[in-house]
Amino acid sequence: MTELDLLYSEVEEDLRSAVRAVLADRCPPQAVLARCEGQEPQDAGLWRTLARELGVVALQVPEALGGAGASLRETAVVLEELGRTCAPVPFLGSAVLATTVLLAAGDRAAGEWPALCAGDRTATLAVTLSTAPDAAFPLGVRADAAGALTGAVGSVADVPAAGLLIVPADGPDGPGLYAVDAADVTVTARGSLDLTRPLADLRLEAAPGRLLVGPDQAEAVLWEALLTGAGLLASEQLGLAEWCLATTVAYLRERRQFGRVVGSFQALKHRLADLWLDVAGARAAARAAADALATGSADAAVLVAVAASHCGAVAVRAAEEAVQLHGGIGMTWEHPVHLYLKRAKADQLALGTPGRHRASLATLAALPVPGQLPRLPHV
Amino acid sequence: MTTADELVTRTAGLLAAHDPATTDPLEFLRARFDAGLAWVHFPPGLGGLGAPRALQAVVDAELAAAGAPDNDPRRIGIGLGMAAPTILRYGTEEQKRRFLRPLWTGEEVWCQLFSEPGAGSDLAALATRAVRDGDGPDAGWTVDGQKVWTSSAHLARWAILLARTDPDVPKHQGISYFVCDMTDPGVDVRPLRQLTGEAEFNEVFLTGVRIPDAHRLGAVGEGWQIAQTTLNNERVAIGGQRTPREGGLIGILAETWRRHPELRTHELHQRLLQGWTDAEVLRLMGERLRQQLAVGQPGPEGAAAKLAFARLAQELTGLEVELLAEDGLGYGDWTMSRPELVDFTGRDAGYRYLRAKGNSIEGGSSEILRNIIAERVLGLPAEPRSDKDVPWKESAR
Ligand SMILES: Cc1cc2nc3c(=O)[nH]c(=O)nc-3n(C[C@H](O)[C@H](O)[C@H](O)COP(=O)(O)OP(=O)(O)OC[C@H]3O[C@@H](n4cnc5c(N)ncnc54)[C@H](O)[C@@H]3O)c2cc1C
Repeated sequence: MTELDLLYSEVEEDLRSAVRAVLADRCPPQAVLARCEGQEPQDAGLWRTLARELGVVALQVPEALGGAGASLRETAVVLEELGRTCAPVPFLGSAVLATTVLLAAGDRAAGEWPALCAGDRTATLAVTLSTAPDAAFPLGVRADAAGALTGAVGSVADVPAAGLLIVPADGPDGPGLYAVDAADVTVTARGSLDLTRPLADLRLEAAPGRLLVGPDQAEAVLWEALLTGAGLLASEQLGLAEWCLATTVAYLRERRQFGRVVGSFQALKHRLADLWLDVAGARAAARAAADALATGSADAAVLVAVAASHCGAVAVRAAEEAVQLHGGIGMTWEHPVHLYLKRAKADQLALGTPGRHRASLATLAALPVPGQLPRLPHV
Repeated sequence: MTTADELVTRTAGLLAAHDPATTDPLEFLRARFDAGLAWVHFPPGLGGLGAPRALQAVVDAELAAAGAPDNDPRRIGIGLGMAAPTILRYGTEEQKRRFLRPLWTGEEVWCQLFSEPGAGSDLAALATRAVRDGDGPDAGWTVDGQKVWTSSAHLARWAILLARTDPDVPKHQGISYFVCDMTDPGVDVRPLRQLTGEAEFNEVFLTGVRIPDAHRLGAVGEGWQIAQTTLNNERVAIGGQRTPREGGLIGILAETWRRHPELRTHELHQRLLQGWTDAEVLRLMGERLRQQLAVGQPGPEGAAAKLAFARLAQELTGLEVELLAEDGLGYGDWTMSRPELVDFTGRDAGYRYLRAKGNSIEGGSSEILRNIIAERVLGLPAEPRSDKDVPWKESAR
């Protein structure tokens, strides 16, 4: 096992500051709230800024292709900041899931990079958001010999209005990953628990597709994309949990009841100290997953399972505690804490629940499931 | 004492005189109230027969079997669960006669004007003022202040209201308890949207609201003690609902589990079984509490029921969303509306998950309930309190 680097480099901290400054300016909670019920739930302008001014939508893409030539570690830092603001941008779908597939597709994807790196177009991976990395290859879409795709995929995240869909489909020679223009697909928006990450159902009727990854690699590449997504989602969950903790601490230092600051009650201090501990664990786990994915470590699958399991639960707990400790105001629409609760709960299901990731450790960490349960004697 | 058999006979008499199939539902409910079959443990003449509370189930079962209309408790939970027991205990004969019947039949919805922006957990710090306007027999009170998180205020005809009548005494002593007419021109109800999308609660601004002295409940300055009756009953109303095995949220979860083998995993199964056991324990605890109470008022034990209910509701609804996987990612409708009902089991899993978050805040937060158990049940010393013995107007808030 190679040594993991669990710290943030100076370059990573600089990147964080730059992203944070832009998000503070462009993505304050009230703006996010107002947008989520509008016509354009995702912020295309912010996406262009992230692409053109900050160059953070293709961090792990080699410079030769128009990317930043950095690594998934830096991508993870951006996700922390996006999680901290619940930013309504298609980063997970485009800059993580789709980008992983396109990088693996090599020359077949060459034509896609200029528009993606410039932020003119976004992409997503057309899988149901709750799909876990170790799930069976989805067979809801079929591809014929001419590359026409027919079928349906439900609850896909970050579907671009006009952009690129990467569709796993069952082709004439076996499973493949196909590039499909979103304009050739019927996209139906679907009510999403997470107001800041819209979902859509896709229907394909002989939609023209171009094979990106053929049967020999399709399953492995899809697994890699979902694993990368689950591992980096932990960083988003970390940022989200940090916001919830910091915001709650700040509130409880101000809010007075019984003639004193509510945060002075020891019962609450202990609660927040426990939460801090969980978040510290989440930071270590999320960093470990990002580093292992960035270096292609053989241990990546284990570390992703650990991070997804821990961070998924911590983000939900942090958001639930934040609502609770804000009292009545935490139950309102007007206060942004609900955006975080909804994002955290949806993230817990996205790319496999914590329980699902723990179950994968049965194999990964050689901890076999128990045998048949005992029968009741009189049955 | 009334027996189950007598209640069956009496119920049959009501049904014979007022066939539910042909009687207007409101007429039926009024007749039921007048027959003493509304809440059998209430006194005769006030919708009851002075019978043991547990016998209500006998009447309810007979009426349900006959297809009789009910008073839809989800619409009038605050009236039934909080206002009624308080009026029964502290109201004058006249107040009881005026308010209880339309409260029970659902003709008049009630809301609870307790919490304020600066007085939530520390309810006794409330700042809404009631000032006596004169000394004559027609004298009454003028009320000014702001209330918040008021559920159902947009539907309510009446409110139970706490207001400060004496700022010169320590905070617990200067509060009085009123019945407030929500149609008074000085009452301004503004919707407050919740994280579910709905505006179930409201802000209520009170400006020069006139309340006749006849609508004061209990003695001047006794509001805090009276409020304890309301709050203890509220906690039982939220946490101590009588349910059958697999009633409520666990029933919904169990049904989903049975209907969807494809969603099952070992981990979720263990959590389902844990939730099922917890729900059954809570149900048995509630049964035991009812047997202990028989009649009479709930004490701090109600706090335990509500604490356990909130924890369970949150556990079960969180689990349901996880179990549903793809469907758990969805949400039916975020449109802002002002609901007619408070229903913890309504709508979809996402709604139930979000609404359940309120269960540990409304009616006294889980933290406050733990303090009550620690201090009033276990007898542990209270936190040092700087504000208890100083006049309210001088206390730091
Ligand atoms: C859905 C809903 C419906 C409601 N309906 C009504 C209604 O109809 N009528 C009405 O009058 N009110 C209603 N309320 C208000 C409710 O009673 C208050 O929100 C509650 O009492 C908490 O007060 P607060 O919001 O001011 O929180 P705060 O009192 O500010 O508390 C903030 C946090 O600090 C914690 N805390 C406070 N003091 C302590 C302490 N001593 N030790 C440890 N922790 C502490 C609290 O538990 C909470 O987590 C409703 C609330 C909700 C959420």
